[in-house]
Amino acid sequence: MATQPYKWRRDTDGLGVWEHRGKVAVAGFGHSPVNRRWDETSMDQTLGAYSMLACKLAMEDAGVTPDQIDGVICCDSHIAGSSGGTASNWAPRPYFDPPYDSEWGLTLVNGDWLVKQLELPNVKYAPSNVPTIGEMLGLAAQSIADGKCTTCLVIYPTGNMEGRYRRGGENAQDHADGARQWTFPWGNHGGNDFINIFPHNQYCLKYGGTHDDVAPFVINQHRNGLLTPWGYNASSGMVQLTEEDYVNSRYILNPLRIFDCDRPVNASAAYLVTTAERARDMKQPPVYVLNHSQHNFTQRTTQPDLDEIEEWTDRAAKRMYEGAGLGPADVDIFNPYDGYSIMSQFFLEAFHWHGVKRGDSFAFYADDIRVEGPHPFSSSGGNLGNGRTRTAMYTDSIEQLRGTAGPRQVTVRAETALAAFTTPSSGGWMMFGKHPS
Amino acid sequence: MPKIIPAPDDLSKPFWDAVNEKRLSVQNCTACDRLQYPPRQTCFACGSAEKLEWKDVEGKGHISTYIVIEDGRLNRRMPDQPYNLALITLDEDTSVNFYSNLPGVPPYEVPVGAAVQVIFEEVGPDQLIHEWQVVD
Ligand SMILES: [Zn+2]
Repeated sequence: MATQPYKWRRDTDGLGVWEHRGKVAVAGFGHSPVNRRWDETSMDQTLGAYSMLACKLAMEDAGVTPDQIDGVICCDSHIAGSSGGTASNWAPRPYFDPPYDSEWGLTLVNGDWLVKQLELPNVKYAPSNVPTIGEMLGLAAQSIADGKCTTCLVIYPTGNMEGRYRRGGENAQDHADGARQWTFPWGNHGGNDFINIFPHNQYCLKYGGTHDDVAPFVINQHRNGLLTPWGYNASSGMVQLTEEDYVNSRYILNPLRIFDCDRPVNASAAYLVTTAERARDMKQPPVYVLNHSQHNFTQRTTQPDLDEIEEWTDRAAKRMYEGAGLGPADVDIFNPYDGYSIMSQFFLEAFHWHGVKRGDSFAFYADDIRVEGPHPFSSSGGNLGNGRTRTAMYTDSIEQLRGTAGPRQVTVRAETALAAFTTPSSGGWMMFGKHPS
Repeated sequence: MPKIIPAPDDLSKPFWDAVNEKRLSVQNCTACDRLQYPPRQTCFACGSAEKLEWKDVEGKGHISTYIVIEDGRLNRRMPDQPYNLALITLDEDTSVNFYSNLPGVPPYEVPVGAAVQVIFEEVGPDQLIHEWQVVD
């Protein structure tokens, strides 16, 4: 008899408070260096090497030894991915000595590969088909709560190699099948840039404002990024983005500019997630998981419009608040996804963070959103400020609640944090707390 | 450079067959009285498969908004850059929308809110696609 798939998601409306609220905690994290691309020669900078490094740093941070690890949750997909075109694979070039004698470790990393390389003797739980970071911390939290493991490494590798990102592959073909037949003929490759730019235009029309009203947000993301030592911007010597740089930057999907898009990088991050009880005996103050929630909404026609985006984000916010037993006024740190700058306003308004309602975002951005100010929005600097690691939102939330965010440490209260890698249609949210309830 | 050619499948074949006969035909749920595009196996609203039928529509719409693709990822369309990509809502059911490059409208000069009419454009041997033209 086939076993039922593990139902771990909290992805429907009206689930009530998460029954394991405050019983799981993040006890450690680790980041590899963030390179623009793997240089294809440095074997200590492969995606695999960086993932191992991130795991070691996360274990060190928590004060945990390899024999204590009994769970490994690693996202299976290389970020440039199977849809990433020819540049995202190493093959058909000759491989290297083990453990780099196949795509594993170069462009692909998974739980089994890591367990072997890190020589983790006691892992009993390393699921396959692990989703992206948008859901994997939720998977980890639920798995620990359900007793599948007690001390779990959660790894998100993000690869990038020479060649223009996501060029080639299906994007270079003359025919379009499946869902692509409804978008490719007109030039839409189907990414989140396209999905969100039309509602963003409708947003500007409905509420007033122009695209350049997102400039203060993008500039502040870069500022927060420069205050994040491990991030791409800070570690590669970038200088602060100015409004002039932003408004003069080239368009990708006009009005979407290049600085509205995050920069693909080669990096890996790991988190050590465990029971709240165990976390209290570890090296760092625990950061408790107060809720995890997911969503996967289906668009009704070719292109989601503003109404649909607002409905989806409202529902996701309601699920998260309900499961955490918290409301907008309770959330101190707010790190939504910003991989395209034009998405963030939808999340900010859905969650009513700092009282921001539909149509208020541009005025909010123009106010003081610096980390040292009263409204430290997206204190992580996100992906615009750190590169496309998709993990800055989580790491900053953990650091803010620990009080170890250094120059990014907010001056307002920092006892709860909302973080996400999610688009309006799919992904998940995490609510963290300095206290278990 | 020609546009990318759609590859019909079992579900979409009736749609593309109609387009090749210069008809715009979308799914209609007789239970919900709703139009549906792109086609699905079941009605988006009620989940019914049996109540879905194909229905020719007039092909009148309006331009909701647009972008200009200046640096897209699709090789076959790169020589066309910059080009318009408009969002068209269907007058018969404004919850249904379509993409259009608005043939004949110069990039950046899209009349948002204008009325449009469906036209058909050849993209490959024996394959048309639906496009939209501003109504004067
Ligand atoms: Zn129906």
